[in-house]
Amino acid sequence: MRDTRRTRIVLAVLLLTAFTFITLDARGGEGSILDRLRESASSVFGPIERAAASVVNPVADFIDGITSINSTADKIDALEAENDELRRQLLTAPLDQSRLDELDRLLRVSSLGDYEIVPAQVIAVAAGNGYARTVTVDAGTRDGIKRDQTVLNGDGLVGRVIAAGPGTATILLLTDPEFGVGARLAASTETGFLRGNGREQMGLELYNPQAVVEEGNVVVTLGSPNGRPFVPGVPIGQVTSVIATPGGLSRLAEVEPFAQVTSLDLVGVVIEPPRRNPRDALVPTTDASSSPSPSPSP
Amino acid sequence: MTTGRVLLSTLLVVTSAVLQVTVVNRLPLPGAEPDLVLLVVIALGIVVGPTAGASIGFGAGLLVDLLPPTATEFGRWALVFCIIGYLAGQIQIDARRSVLIILGAVAGLAALSSLLFAGVGLLFGDPRVSGELVVSTTVSSVLYDLLLAPFVIPGVMALARRTALNPAAI
Repeated sequence: MRDTRRTRIVLAVLLLTAFTFITLDARGGEGSILDRLRESASSVFGPIERAAASVVNPVADFIDGITSINSTADKIDALEAENDELRRQLLTAPLDQSRLDELDRLLRVSSLGDYEIVPAQVIAVAAGNGYARTVTVDAGTRDGIKRDQTVLNGDGLVGRVIAAGPGTATILLLTDPEFGVGARLAASTETGFLRGNGREQMGLELYNPQAVVEEGNVVVTLGSPNGRPFVPGVPIGQVTSVIATPGGLSRLAEVEPFAQVTSLDLVGVVIEPPRRNPRDALVPTTDASSSPSPSPSP
Repeated sequence: MTTGRVLLSTLLVVTSAVLQVTVVNRLPLPGAEPDLVLLVVIALGIVVGPTAGASIGFGAGLLVDLLPPTATEFGRWALVFCIIGYLAGQIQIDARRSVLIILGAVAGLAALSSLLFAGVGLLFGDPRVSGELVVSTTVSSVLYDLLLAPFVIPGVMALARRTALNPAAI
């Protein structure tokens, strides 16, 4: 050990400072000094992350484009025989197309549900070793995004806004253990609560212990007062297994989210809730039982 | 620390932290991801010693705590990286002799940083930390950090040593 007295003092002071920060932050709620510090940090680092992402994203898209084209070696050979112009088109078209498709589906969801959305691109992702499941997108308060707004993509619910800087916003993903949302079984009046748990599946708790729920049932958001943090009618996922709880006070089930939050690209933030509840209008139509039969409101 | 070293450390820490959230964390890897900032803190700590290492770690941690999309308490990574920087500074003399010692240090410090972070979480009642998740996160972090270490640590150490001899090197 090469410790001097000075080293020990420096270490002790730094550790004490960090510990004080953590304690203050753990106790302080919204609008604390540390909250404001974090906001100003996002206005400083937001543009840096946007710039970094604008360099990185095309490269990632290019790799995605390549891997999505060639499933077989024959196709690669065939492509190599094509001229340069054709190859360039083949490489860029799928990624333009996939972006277009994604935006298309997002717009479909927003028009079906009568939501007013702001499309945003994911530019930064939280580290797995920090345990929080959050991402940063390239739209912020300048685009009308505020704390506690619903975030969705073409597949369904993605999460909610937990912080908004001028040009960037942070989203808590639905798989995060701190994420919870009021939920309703589509085509029924059964309501409950859906929680993230750090894994791919979410836990659903239905308040009615006699509720009829089976595999394949679709779960949609129940909606919050004034549409914040959650607007009603957004599809969340499908029940994959029902947990037997004989004599329990509620009904438990596992739900797999429709949105793949591990590979997010384009998302939409709902900045204006719908005037009327879209009920089951947004439930994916591949499910045969999802004919839009209006059910009585709970 | 010379002005050159302060500048170099700041530059390296900011660059690695931004690359971490915009590139590394987006890789579709099972488990956690390699921690670029941790590797930079270890490499700088080895060169600059325990006192400066603790300060660099503290600063780097505060940056990670603030950089969007952060959702953890302010100061949590600062506490962890401060200890990592201090400990990396302790192995300074031995480390010059062998690559194996440095790799061993990376493995040990990576495991320690993961466990410390989870431990602080448990202390303050973080609902995200659970036993099963801590094990898988720690194991995958150590593995990825070891794989990335040969590409990061020698370069950072060489840069830091050069700025020690000639403050105007950068």
